[in-house]
Amino acid sequence: MSLHQKAEKNLWWLIALTLITVSIGGLVEIIPLYTIGSTIEKVKGVRPYTPLELAGRNIYIREGCYVCHSQQVRPFRDEAERYGHYSLAAESMYDHPFQWGSKRTGPDLARVGGKYSNAWHVTHFINPRSVVPESIMPAYSFLATRKLKFSDAAAHLRANRTVGVPYTDAMIKNALKDLADQANPEADHEALLKRYPKAAVGSFDGKPGVLTEMDALIAYLQILGRMVDFTKYGTGQLQQ
Amino acid sequence: MAEAPSAAGAASHSEHPEYNEKVVRQFVIATTFWGIAAFLVGVVIALQLAFPILNLDLPWTSFGRLRPVHTSAAIFAFGGCALFACSLYVVQRTCRAPLFGGRALAAFVFWGYQLFIVMAAVGYIFGITQSKEYAEPEWFVDLWLTIVWVVYLVIYVGTVAKRKEPHIYVANWFFLAFIITVAMLHVVNNLAVPVSWTGAKSYIVWSGVQDALTQWWYAHNAVGFFLTAGFLGIMYYILPKQINRPIYSYRLSVVHFWSLIFLYIWAGPHHLHYTALPDWAQTLGMTFSVMLWMPSWGGMINGLMTLAGAWDKLRTDPVLRFIVAAVGFYGMSTFEGPVMSIKPVNALSHYTDWGIGHVHSGALGWVAFISFGALYFLVPRLWKREGLYSLKLVEYHFWISTIGIVLYITSMWVSGVTQGLMWRAYDKLGFLQYSFVETVEAMHPYYVIRAAGGILFLIGALIMVVNLVKTARGHAAAAPVTGTAPATAG
Repeated sequence: MSLHQKAEKNLWWLIALTLITVSIGGLVEIIPLYTIGSTIEKVKGVRPYTPLELAGRNIYIREGCYVCHSQQVRPFRDEAERYGHYSLAAESMYDHPFQWGSKRTGPDLARVGGKYSNAWHVTHFINPRSVVPESIMPAYSFLATRKLKFSDAAAHLRANRTVGVPYTDAMIKNALKDLADQANPEADHEALLKRYPKAAVGSFDGKPGVLTEMDALIAYLQILGRMVDFTKYGTGQLQQ
Repeated sequence: MAEAPSAAGAASHSEHPEYNEKVVRQFVIATTFWGIAAFLVGVVIALQLAFPILNLDLPWTSFGRLRPVHTSAAIFAFGGCALFACSLYVVQRTCRAPLFGGRALAAFVFWGYQLFIVMAAVGYIFGITQSKEYAEPEWFVDLWLTIVWVVYLVIYVGTVAKRKEPHIYVANWFFLAFIITVAMLHVVNNLAVPVSWTGAKSYIVWSGVQDALTQWWYAHNAVGFFLTAGFLGIMYYILPKQINRPIYSYRLSVVHFWSLIFLYIWAGPHHLHYTALPDWAQTLGMTFSVMLWMPSWGGMINGLMTLAGAWDKLRTDPVLRFIVAAVGFYGMSTFEGPVMSIKPVNALSHYTDWGIGHVHSGALGWVAFISFGALYFLVPRLWKREGLYSLKLVEYHFWISTIGIVLYITSMWVSGVTQGLMWRAYDKLGFLQYSFVETVEAMHPYYVIRAAGGILFLIGALIMVVNLVKTARGHAAAAPVTGTAPATAG
């Protein structure tokens, strides 16, 4: 106990030993996630979010959707049947922050893109119980009337680029145009879809002309799980 | 057992005239206030899950925005203020030195921390959140908290540095580890790039799988250091003081302190079992979580065995009953945690209400109960009263809250296991037997029972408020209570 007697009488020893003791675990677990190449799978299709999807993602975060919905399918048979292929690390590599969640009061949303029509989402957000009578989800009717505020879209893309998301100069330059075009059925989407393959386009809330928070949130939900083409990969190894 | 400094010994010295009791009183009042706020919002969101109409279809009152208000109010406002109150009370007495930095620095920490709480909570209601669980405040609030926390560290370290006792009492090790580690976790987990210096929104520097592990390294150790190490510091002072006996084993406290703070840090990945986090990290997280059972029970045994030969006091001292029940709940939830971290168990429990039940057996049973014990311990001393206004009311508080906890955790166990099993049930033809929403519908009765448990817990806490206010307002005692005999009813 002699070493310890020093620590319990010398404050600076105590602080130094504590700091070393509590640092080891985190260092050993977190640093290899950056150095081991296989941590993030090499798959095709994962791209940065369109400005409209990013705006929708920010609404998803703002409303705390993550407290009831996970975005992480586990490699189990029942989850493969209910949701689809288990989640890959690559699918969230541009997510700042991640939205894997920790609780499924509602179902997992990692693969919700394309499962329901835009019209279903609108009806469901306005009153979830009109389409799912037993649902306990809050109603979000205000999203349908609130205009989307994202005039600083380019700044959001730049901030994402600073933290490592590969937004190109062209993406940043066209941020506001892409934002409006994605929800405008009349617009020419060719350049947008070239920059952001597989993006859902059209009026998401059924009211073209006004860009609402509903448009953005549904645009985000409709891309979830659709970037990687899993028909090429099969179901993978299920653990349960 | 080695000869060791004890809380009882350290406090036998006369009260120091320059002790800063004002800041402790302020934090005691804040603890009580935020406690009621946290329990009330908890009841509201519990009722929202049972009756979704209560979300009111308004942005500011929906479950998604109120849930962080509840968790932050419970952990950081109620739990945080209890830790500030107790640590600042304990450090002065066990070091026989007034707070370093004088009254101004202490006042800054109090008001700075209250401002942090208000900024965080108002932010959530208006949708300003970075969505990292238990670290939701945005970058500007995080920066403010960092400043307040560094000042707290300076006060604490400065006070220990000028102590008049040769030994640093064990409670102070736990408080120091809590302050230092929380600073490290907070800074790393919240590194972010703001979109603009005048706006609230930022993007966290970590992404995807790395962000997930950083987040759960943070969040699990917010449990390990904020809600465990800090509150163990409280236990190591008030438990021996309340029964007027030294702690059971000094050697055990040394062993369990170092093993606890070493092992806890590794356990974060158990929140990410079967996710895209690499298997090696999941296995490490599980292994260390199971090992963590031992130092956790080391702490529990050290607390409970301090009562050896004095168990009869549990019959006569309801304040002691709170403290001992807290240690019991600590032992129970630190056994349940390692079990849930075992991967096949986690496959069933994760994403269900079992996790919510587990958290609340720790939060209500351990954190809140030991905080109630500390409040009942501190208020007569800080307001110089002979004892509490009414021990009968403490009894009512204890039993009503205990029944509330039992309703809460049992309903969440049943709902969690039920839902987990329903998700993976197949019919005779091999199809999934239940749609997701059928599993939601099945939760309804348990959500009602859980809300009832929460209401009982809130009622118990309101009884405490009445008791504490009456105690503080009572006539000044000729001889203030010194902490040996159980306080008598007034």
